[in-house]
Amino acid sequence: MTKHFHRELEKLKKKLLSLGAMVEERVYMATKAIETRDSALATHIIKADHEIDEMEVDVEEECLKILALHQPVAIDLRFITAVIKINNDLERIADEAVNIAERIQSIAKRDRASFRFDYSIMAEKSAAMLKQSLDALVNLDIDMALKVCTLDDEVDEIQSKAYKQIKQAIKDNPEEITYLLNLYLISRHLERIADHATNIAEEVIYLIEGEIVRHANL
Amino acid sequence: MDMQTDTMPLSVAEEEPAASTSESKPIVAANIESMNDITIDDRRPEDTVGKPFVDNPRMTCRNVNVYYGEKQAIREVSVDIGRNETIAMIGPSGCGKSTFIRCLNRMNDTIEGCRINGEIILDGINIYDKHIDVVPLRAQIGMVFQKPNPFPKSIYDNVAYGPKIHGLARDKMELDEIVELSLKKAGLWKEVKDQLAQPGTSLSGGQQQRLCIARTIAVGPEVILMDEPCSALDPIATGKIEELIHELRKQFSIVIVTHSMQQASRVSQRTAYFHLGDLIEVGKTEQIFTSPRHKLTQDYITGRIG
Repeated sequence: MTKHFHRELEKLKKKLLSLGAMVEERVYMATKAIETRDSALATHIIKADHEIDEMEVDVEEECLKILALHQPVAIDLRFITAVIKINNDLERIADEAVNIAERIQSIAKRDRASFRFDYSIMAEKSAAMLKQSLDALVNLDIDMALKVCTLDDEVDEIQSKAYKQIKQAIKDNPEEITYLLNLYLISRHLERIADHATNIAEEVIYLIEGEIVRHANL
Repeated sequence: MDMQTDTMPLSVAEEEPAASTSESKPIVAANIESMNDITIDDRRPEDTVGKPFVDNPRMTCRNVNVYYGEKQAIREVSVDIGRNETIAMIGPSGCGKSTFIRCLNRMNDTIEGCRINGEIILDGINIYDKHIDVVPLRAQIGMVFQKPNPFPKSIYDNVAYGPKIHGLARDKMELDEIVELSLKKAGLWKEVKDQLAQPGTSLSGGQQQRLCIARTIAVGPEVILMDEPCSALDPIATGKIEELIHELRKQFSIVIVTHSMQQASRVSQRTAYFHLGDLIEVGKTEQIFTSPRHKLTQDYITGRIG
């Protein structure tokens, strides 16, 4: 009976981690697309998003099944609630990758623009945060989870830098406003990816400590 | 001393096994030494983690040890029973939870070779004091057992028996009132009011258990002990008893021993986890079932023990 239950938990963990791996790949593709302005790659990201959505539903159904059939408590209960929330964050991260891909599609058409913003560091940091948050989950590593939470500030900083520079670029070249707005939105989507990675890290902390660390300033 | 002999006749002839109230420290030491061959007893007593004590408790238990002959069943248990709370005792079979609950109204006195030391205090009085009369004590601290055990009497007499022997009613009218009120509090009145003369054993299992609860309530207890009260009942009867426990808590303190962790989580405000005679952890029930502090508690409630 309990062995069966623990097998179910293992199965769920594997499912969530393979979803995590897929989402990581999407983020990687999105950062590549930002770098290369590769419209075909962007189209691929958009078209393949349904795979993520299906997996998300699958993981959620698995969680509901375990809740209904096994009534888990303590660490197992915290694990299931963490999975439900992380599952949601992963799906949203994939959506942000799609959003980036859509921006790239519009930008790729007018690549002769006068202004470029280097997103490489921001993209790298956001992707690293996602990877580390998932590593923290796999290894139940609270230090790594805490590190992810602090990295979020660095990403926010780059975003505000992008905001200032792009604002100036709009002033300088008002005729390129459509392009520049799309360019700015990329920073917004990368920043959201970092936020969701932070959420995942916070869920990992809850899973380990049993304490909710979100809104620590409350 | 004179006082003591005065009250003697009242108490049931059970003084002997329970006599070991204080000064048993040397005996404890001797016993532990003689038990060296029993491996589980070689463990050092664990400190209770969490919150075993409450403000303004109904009962306080301090350093309670129980021995069945050579074997120590409960080790240095200290915990409070709060007012208007249901505290659930959980743990694997043989962990000492039933032994402990039976100490609370001296039910262990009847077991041969059972010795208890430490302090169990109700309203400022150590219930193991030599002059304590266990009959009124067990009215103050009532007990409901695993299997419903109505007396082979009518429904009415089952409830009226206690108040009668304790002299709680001056006349038949008062007795009728007590019976009706107790059956109402036990949620049974509507179902039995037209058949009070029927034997208690004619009721269904769940009704019998509520009759036993009415019988306990009838003598005006402060604390109600329940030793697996639903283990012989179906889910519907169990639901009714659990609902009743929530109602009764408004007036009494309830200590419930249960093997069903879902039941513990549904009915109690605090949960105590016993393991091999040690009280491992006590805490708010929601905390125990979301974030237990002790690994043993976690292992037990998540099914990783045994």
